[in-house]
Amino acid sequence: MITNNFKYLLAGTLFGIIAVKSEIISWFRIQEMFRLTSFHMYGVIGTAVVVGIISIQLIKRLNIKTLSGEKIVIPAKTFNKGQIYGGLIFGFGWAITGACPGPLFAQIGSGFGVITVSLLSAIAGTWVYGLLREKLPH
Amino acid sequence: MNILETLRQPWHWSISGLLIGLTVPILLILGNKVFGISSSLRHICAACVPANINFFKYDWKKEAWNLFFVAGIILGGFIGNSLLSNPNDIVINPQTQQELAALGIHNFSGLLPTDLFNFENLFTLKGFIFIILGGFLVGFGTRWAGGCTSGHAISGLSNLQIPSLIATICFMVGGFVMTWLILPFLLTL
Repeated sequence: MITNNFKYLLAGTLFGIIAVKSEIISWFRIQEMFRLTSFHMYGVIGTAVVVGIISIQLIKRLNIKTLSGEKIVIPAKTFNKGQIYGGLIFGFGWAITGACPGPLFAQIGSGFGVITVSLLSAIAGTWVYGLLREKLPH
Repeated sequence: MNILETLRQPWHWSISGLLIGLTVPILLILGNKVFGISSSLRHICAACVPANINFFKYDWKKEAWNLFFVAGIILGGFIGNSLLSNPNDIVINPQTQQELAALGIHNFSGLLPTDLFNFENLFTLKGFIFIILGGFLVGFGTRWAGGCTSGHAISGLSNLQIPSLIATICFMVGGFVMTWLILPFLLTL
């Protein structure tokens, strides 16, 4: 399991470095995004999406395979009301903590020990969602 | 030119965006993995406290790559803020600084305002809201939405998924409502 997954540890490490250096894990940058006082976050996310769209189109059109030769399949997302209710709730949390899940991990690595509490709380939030799932509108 | 010195400087948004965008094809090519981080929180629940809840009854070990990926993010966060650390403070728009200063934020060095995020604050109402409640909303909201900024805003939009566009719009609406209507109250508690 560890040898198979080592490449993802490496990919995650690169992503963590990028997350710090791009300043997307900065609480202040997230505030600037929501206060519309800086273009930085819009530039980062916008560029990432354009690069992602081009990459996926190339993969599909050139029929690029995985390293082990499998066909690349990306499951389609289906709409449910959770994307609205959950999306709004996540938006609230994003503006408060200045972090989405990825940055929570990167902030802990950056030495902000107290964010471990935020991460545990996010895990608790996911757990409570699992508990209430059948009662929530989807 | 010293490469390390160059890497230590803040990276332009286009370079950062390019590299984040490339994470999508890299994970697909490495092994058909869809870039998404919030799922890791679900796998942690399934591995540690499944509590007989249906939503956590699945073979999380099959998704272990995701846990390796987030462990890497912690490591990368460490490298990014030590070896590759920017010697100067992040440049924040003076207008943002002024607006936040009016709401009681005074320390603009580092990635997070230490006025809010520190261990002593944990047991105050403000600390509870910013550190604990904020994290809870992130974990609860992303799972209900079926993804976060990486899964919906980057992976989903990259694959032209309408549900991801709806989710992303709701993330932003939630963030704007919180920032403009609720945060001024929370920050001055």
